Amino acid sequence: MDTSSRPSGVIVTGNGKPLPEDKARIAEGEEVFRRLTERPTELLRCATAGSVDDGKSTLIGRLLYDSKQLLADQLQHVEQTSRRMGLQFLDLSLLTDGLRAEREQGITIDVAYRYFATAQRRFIIADTPGHEQYTRNMVTGASTADLAIVLIDVRKGVVAQSKRHAFISSLLAIPHVVVCVNKMDLVDFKQRVFEEIVEDFDRFAARLEISDVTFIPISALLGDNVVQRSEAMPWYQGPPLLYHLEHVHIASDRNLIDVRFPVQWVVRPQSASAPDYRAYAGQVAGGVIRPGDEVVVLPGGQRSRVAAIDTFDGPVEEAFPPMSVALRLEHDIDVSRGSMIARSHNQPTVANGFESLLCWMSERPLDARRRYLVKHTTRTVMVGAIDVRYRIKVDTLHRDESAATLELNDLGRAHIELSSPLAFDSYRRNRLTGSLIVIDEATNETVAAGVILDTEVDTGEASAARQMTDRSANVRWQGTQVTRARRWESLGHTGATVWFTGLPGAGKTTVAAAVEERLIEAGRPAFLLDGDNLRHGLNGDLDFDEQARSENVRRTAHVARLLADSGMIALVSLVSPYAADRASAAALHAADDLPFLEVFVDAPLEVCERRDPKGLFERARAGKLAGLTGIGAPYEAPASPDLALDARRATVEQEVDRVIELLIDRGLLAG
Amino acid sequence: MPVSDRQSTYHLSHLRTLEAEAVHVMREVAAEFERPVLLFSGGKDSIALLRLAEKAFRPARFPFPVMHVDTGHNFPEALELRDRRMAELGERLIVASVEHSIRRGRVAEETGPRASRNALQTVTLLDAIAEHGFDAAFGGARRDEERARAKERILSFRNAFGQWEPQRQRPEVWSLYNGRVRKGEHARVFPISNWTELDVWQYIAEERLEVPAIYFAHEREVFLRDGMLYAVSPFVELMDGERPFTARVRYRTVGDMSCTGAIESSATTLAEIVAEIAGTDVTERGQTRGDDRASEAAMEDRKRQGYF
Repeated sequence: MDTSSRPSGVIVTGNGKPLPEDKARIAEGEEVFRRLTERPTELLRCATAGSVDDGKSTLIGRLLYDSKQLLADQLQHVEQTSRRMGLQFLDLSLLTDGLRAEREQGITIDVAYRYFATAQRRFIIADTPGHEQYTRNMVTGASTADLAIVLIDVRKGVVAQSKRHAFISSLLAIPHVVVCVNKMDLVDFKQRVFEEIVEDFDRFAARLEISDVTFIPISALLGDNVVQRSEAMPWYQGPPLLYHLEHVHIASDRNLIDVRFPVQWVVRPQSASAPDYRAYAGQVAGGVIRPGDEVVVLPGGQRSRVAAIDTFDGPVEEAFPPMSVALRLEHDIDVSRGSMIARSHNQPTVANGFESLLCWMSERPLDARRRYLVKHTTRTVMVGAIDVRYRIKVDTLHRDESAATLELNDLGRAHIELSSPLAFDSYRRNRLTGSLIVIDEATNETVAAGVILDTEVDTGEASAARQMTDRSANVRWQGTQVTRARRWESLGHTGATVWFTGLPGAGKTTVAAAVEERLIEAGRPAFLLDGDNLRHGLNGDLDFDEQARSENVRRTAHVARLLADSGMIALVSLVSPYAADRASAAALHAADDLPFLEVFVDAPLEVCERRDPKGLFERARAGKLAGLTGIGAPYEAPASPDLALDARRATVEQEVDRVIELLIDRGLLAG
Repeated sequence: MPVSDRQSTYHLSHLRTLEAEAVHVMREVAAEFERPVLLFSGGKDSIALLRLAEKAFRPARFPFPVMHVDTGHNFPEALELRDRRMAELGERLIVASVEHSIRRGRVAEETGPRASRNALQTVTLLDAIAEHGFDAAFGGARRDEERARAKERILSFRNAFGQWEPQRQRPEVWSLYNGRVRKGEHARVFPISNWTELDVWQYIAEERLEVPAIYFAHEREVFLRDGMLYAVSPFVELMDGERPFTARVRYRTVGDMSCTGAIESSATTLAEIVAEIAGTDVTERGQTRGDDRASEAAMEDRKRQGYF
């Protein structure tokens, strides 16, 4: 049937009579249809977030209204209801507050989806409530978003909720964030007020991974800078919101590099016409697949080649995200639902566990006694253990390491151990192969959503550290262990890292410097990496908050590893307060077969404070220095260091002796 | 050429993106549930669903039967198309009949000029789901249809009484659908949740699918009630002051004859329908569905009771 042909069925109801043919009208219909379909439009998914009173519903109503997407009966409904409520203006929030319970309480309960289109694009808006108890709904609405709209009430500025929304956007790796500073009319459209909020938000967002942030001053109620440029804010040079939504570049947000094809369903007609047909159906999660590609089927690891890519409309030459297709392979190998097809030279990590960030979504807290399942792509496996490392206080990004469980709307870092392996990528690399849900086996409830973390920031076991080299498939580590062995041989000694950790003022650098001196005297090259010195150069850009401290440790660990590899004994003197960060440093060395010794310079806080060589404690106590380890920030003592030095009981000389003994003991130094 | 430019050629139109998503949903449900069923009404949305099922499972047969809840007040054109389409596809059709539920005393026929079997279908549907042991039912509902639908998940869980509990919906993240249900519970699955009315028509036109003839403009004997045009039929009683007249109309939705209104239109081809929808200024349910006009929360209430 052609789009211009008339229906073949006959109208039989009542006296229904088809109309006589009208060529002009048919041609006109064809013309409109052609214009609609000739230029394929892109789909943009966006999520909106804001507090209850930030005017989010009004903004969406305004977008629909001003872009003429609002239909007469919807508008009539808004007009009637606004009048009944005694309002002087159109309450556009009535368009989106759908359920009776919401209208009664004046809140938005759940994610609501809105659809509108312009000549440029088709939009799906996931409208999510902003109030605290519904963090899970924001995660639900925003998980697939290309863009997040964070709404801030200009009179309130950046509040806890704005931070939560920014953090969740970062966590979900939403590629684009638009901060709409709303209700500008209530501050007389003043530029200064807007800019203060921009600065404030930037300060917080600098600690997050958000690649693209745009700020727009708007008044959703009056329509300024929503669809039409505001005349009241000539100082704002950027485009209005709708223009930005229509033009933001999203085509390159997909991963077209790593071929990932989770098998959903095996198509086997077993019919007379196609007795041997067998194809693996699924939606492409990454990369571009072509017939002839060499592939590997994970987690089994069998290899084959793509014979053909089938669709209902015939075979195609290329498949890319988000196409749903069916692959036929050249060889008859074991492929079933839950298998992951990848290119042989570019494979995801296959492991029984990983580090993750979880958003807990159930009223029943995480409980080690319950049985959980993880669903990842098309594979569902039993969970061995979920080990909570810390809970994140979203408003401050502070880590609560004492947390042993996660409750409704908590965000936390956890290691997940599985009963059988999964093939996965980090979420940053691929949102589809790096995400998962946790299901309670007894209730069937979806209790958590999770993202798999990059092992770069992993506290990882050796397996996790190994993944790191796999991860950057295009950046191969140059050199091998063979050349290292030859290097060490020609030098006549091996490299190693000795990591001194302890409170500020415990005497780490004093001991480490003395060890350095003793080693060099003995003809053994050694190098002191002092935390303070590194902060002058390599780590000069880092702050003292939690994330910056982790990064400080990470960079220092990498430098130490290079020195050790070169044959030096790297002596690291760094507070390094978090056990997880020190564990990553150790894992980094372990993955490279390099010796790593953790030395705990143990001194009670009172002793350190009394010594206070840099005057840090004095300033902290006077309130002039925030977040000093031991006072305003936690220090996690090592549970089982290679060596613990008690600063109260020994002289520096004795401490140096003990470190040297340790090195001899481990075969790193001749006795 | 820079990489980003080259990449942008791997482009899927919004409609094909929606199609890929719907196919993904259908395959997930077929894989995770034991006994799915596809609900077919003969309307445009379920016609699109049948095509999506072909896209998902051909060259094999559908891994589920197709079921029609027959109110007995259907447009004969919809039934005729249903039977022809099922014969072409070679798939199994189950007909669950409201008439049968009435005879068995499960429901009582409404009386009076506004009588409709629309509400009664809920019981017939739930009975059929229980009788066949279905644990998932595909439907053609879309979120753009109505405000309550806008809040419903793609996999929408129903308790043992078939009820929707809006405050207890499972979170739905990425494309990870949790398809686990207990015995007696089931899920309604809406693969075209994210489609709009215009998308459906554009898809039908692009895929050249056949739809019942009543979607196209024709001359018909109608009467005016509550601002809507209803067909004169044996299933509707005229009230005082309602005078039948002949008008040039077409149907925008195909439901029960007793509660589906026609619109004035001259669109005689699919392209004209697409053009008409693209330029319309009234929503489809607002214009043609008497069942949604009863109260402000009409759809929400019916969904809570187990409606489609």
